Amino acid sequence: MKDINQIPILEIENLSISFHMYNKGMKKHKLEMIHKLSLTISSGEIVVVVGSSGSGKSLLAHSILGILPQNAEIEGTIKFCGKEMGTLEKENLRGKEISFIPQSVEYLDPLMKIGKQVIGVTKKSEKRKQQEKRKQLFRRYQLEESVAKLYPYQLSGGMARRVLISGAMMRPAKLIIADEPTPGLQKELAMETLKNFRELADSGCAVLLITHDIDLALQVADQIAIFYAGTILEITSVEDFMGEGKSLRHPYSKAFLAALPQKEFQSIEGSQPYAGNLPKGCLFAKRCPNRTEACEGEIEMRSLRGGKVRCIYAE
Amino acid sequence: MNQPTNIFWNQKETEDQPIDIFWNRRRKTFLSIGIALLYLITMLLVGLLLRPESYGVNYNAKFIPPCLKHPFGTDYMGRDMFFRSVKVLSNSIVIGILASIVSSLVALIFGVVAAMKGGPIDGLVNWCVDLCMGIPHIILLILISFMFGRGGKGVMIAVALTHWPELTRLVRAEVLQIRSSQYVQASYRMGKTKFQVAKSHMFPQVLPVFLVGVVLLFPHAIMHEAAITFLGFGFSAEVPAIGVILSESMKHIASGKWWMAVFPGIMLLLAVLLFDLVGENLKRLLNPNSGNE
Amino acid sequence: MKRFFLTVLRMITLLIAISIISFIMITKAPIDPLIAYIGTNSTISEEAKEEIETYWGLKDPPVKRFLIWARNIFQGDMGNSIVYKQPVLTVIKERFQYSLVLMLIAWICSGILGFILGIVAALWKDHLWDKIIKFICLIFQSSPTFWVGLLMLSIFAVNLGWFPIGLAAPMGKLASEVTLLERIHHLVLPSITLSMLGIGKITLYTRQKLLEILDSEFVLYARARGENTWQIVKRHAIKNIAIPAITVQFASFSELFGGMALAESVFSYPGIGSAVTAAGLGGDLPLLLGIAIFSAIFVFTGNLMADILYGFVDTKIVYSSDGR
Repeated sequence: MKDINQIPILEIENLSISFHMYNKGMKKHKLEMIHKLSLTISSGEIVVVVGSSGSGKSLLAHSILGILPQNAEIEGTIKFCGKEMGTLEKENLRGKEISFIPQSVEYLDPLMKIGKQVIGVTKKSEKRKQQEKRKQLFRRYQLEESVAKLYPYQLSGGMARRVLISGAMMRPAKLIIADEPTPGLQKELAMETLKNFRELADSGCAVLLITHDIDLALQVADQIAIFYAGTILEITSVEDFMGEGKSLRHPYSKAFLAALPQKEFQSIEGSQPYAGNLPKGCLFAKRCPNRTEACEGEIEMRSLRGGKVRCIYAE
Repeated sequence: MNQPTNIFWNQKETEDQPIDIFWNRRRKTFLSIGIALLYLITMLLVGLLLRPESYGVNYNAKFIPPCLKHPFGTDYMGRDMFFRSVKVLSNSIVIGILASIVSSLVALIFGVVAAMKGGPIDGLVNWCVDLCMGIPHIILLILISFMFGRGGKGVMIAVALTHWPELTRLVRAEVLQIRSSQYVQASYRMGKTKFQVAKSHMFPQVLPVFLVGVVLLFPHAIMHEAAITFLGFGFSAEVPAIGVILSESMKHIASGKWWMAVFPGIMLLLAVLLFDLVGENLKRLLNPNSGNE
Repeated sequence: MKRFFLTVLRMITLLIAISIISFIMITKAPIDPLIAYIGTNSTISEEAKEEIETYWGLKDPPVKRFLIWARNIFQGDMGNSIVYKQPVLTVIKERFQYSLVLMLIAWICSGILGFILGIVAALWKDHLWDKIIKFICLIFQSSPTFWVGLLMLSIFAVNLGWFPIGLAAPMGKLASEVTLLERIHHLVLPSITLSMLGIGKITLYTRQKLLEILDSEFVLYARARGENTWQIVKRHAIKNIAIPAITVQFASFSELFGGMALAESVFSYPGIGSAVTAAGLGGDLPLLLGIAIFSAIFVFTGNLMADILYGFVDTKIVYSSDGR
């Protein structure tokens, strides 16, 4: 799977996202949801971002696509194929070079037939061609042709999933972003969905998979990024994640692994700090057994044993 | 270790950096409420304290167009339209307040009872609401006023008694929603009495909805009183009422006495507009969901 | 289907209740229909008065009077109008044609214009256009219909002389001689007045609904797939707002009827609205009762249409079914 000729498709550096909010009185204030996040995805590679729900993972996806709400403010850089993306570039790239696979049928127009939605907007002259492509995709993902005439509310969970993937496949994209593509699916179906991603990656796509279903993700991923309280604490290869997790770098990653139901199911004390209430320095410090005063300083991401980690004590 | 934090209740600022501290929307909201109240209270007080002579009959000064001495002109009996309008508006405000009090009390009782008792009582209240809303409001007002023999008493009763249905629905829906919410269910299970739950959960939640409803009900009441009097079912010609002024002005409009209609109407419009604004702003202020735009 | 029948059943019970209550209210009024009929200073003998009272059934107990009246209604007889000296049904039929044209024009104009303005306001939210539109809506919503009518008359009929001062046709002309153009000429001002009443509500509703939709997940997805704002509005938003907006328009029949009554009385337009005023002021019990019930039927028709449309949308729209 690892290829020396991998080209970085998406490079995120020190990305911070904050929202302007009003609190109960009269003051407007900034609420930081993503904090100095860095991540690189190369062609042919699946990077899985895992972390507990509510930690702002979807925002990461939305910021790459440039579809954050208006009161959001972005700092840091996002590069696509080596070029920095501004609002305009994102607008031009999304739906063409970058495909997005949303979570559920909620993301489909309730009053539009499936077939039309899968195709999306096309030029009149290309309608026929796109229709052919859609049919082909439906066959590939085992959707009956009659599904094209249904409305979203008539779809089952599995059908909806395959419909959404077909939608993403309509145009050849270099980067595919999937936000929680498996919840609510039966195990076999979820596995099948993930295999589809593997195929896509093997054909040269870069895939960013956001999920909390780590067990499944491990089977197809190349790299795992551990997301916690709005940032990525560790980026590691899948191999390091196997077994007892001895080769993991960050104390949170180890704790995360131990907390999984199929492992020891040992939960970490305390809870994740939330946006607006983030501590200075290491975000995990409050719950970390190894913390010292030095953890309160600014912690930078550093390379370690082929992965990356945001911890001063990791070895 | 630390206390568990909660995403909803513990959102403190990362940095104390208020943006546009003075001119953000909340300030504007308070300002608009202030202006509206100022206008209404001034009109009410001035109207109530006005000497009748200031809008008395003066046949030497009939049909004077707006000028410095009579900014709103005079009517066919030489009465000063400015003072008459103020007087009339203060009467309208009194009627509006009366209607608001009566209708909102009815709505509060009906809404709470329907939501708390449920079953057939809820059904009955809903049926009554549908009944009252099933007939165009103006027609209902005409019928009630007709029943009381067309006059001041009839129109006051009609306006006071017909503005409860919408507010009843609002209150009922709000109480129902809170009643079935998890934290209220939880407090019951924790052994809190009905009174305690009502005091600590129901009251603070329903009150804002109710208040906004009352404020928004007020302009409706004023408009309906004016309309019904205009049609001839309300106050008689001797009573200073906005409907009377406007229906008189209609007789003279063909001969070009436009000021008799324009200025009193603007005064009424302003009162209604300001109350609407206060209501809408209050709604936005009290509804935290829309606070982040 | 079951829900539909239940709704209809409920409406029928409500209609019966409205009839009973209206009947009670009207008969309780201290207005003597006999005096309304013969005039206050008539010279008719007491005996003749007695005779008429007995003939009209004024001396019967109220329940009996109601039952007789209800029986007659089922036979298509709503009694005779005192003011117009014609059967109530004939008066309503004739005048409703006039009112229907007026209401239909206002209903359609305010609906279409409001829909467009609402979309514009939502797309340019918080920008100048949005502020102007919102302000206009507020003004329209807060203006008493009859006052707007008076202003229209004063400006366009009296000062500019573009339109006639009232009525539905030139005075003194036979109904058969009136041309379509003359009718339209007389309809313009009342229609505009009545449209202004409804436009604010539908504009603000459309704006709100579009903002909700622009915030929805399926629009987020559409944006993620590279659709621009115009494509989103054209492909997704219009279809998703149109039916709820039409529903709101149907549900506003009550206000439409009330506004129509006021507009007609300002413009002396010979529709059902000026008839109800005339009936109320003239002590015309049968006509007042007839129009009251007719207006209720009108409102129920609107509500029923709204209900049907709403049911249609509700099955397909998943996103709005939670919480509401």
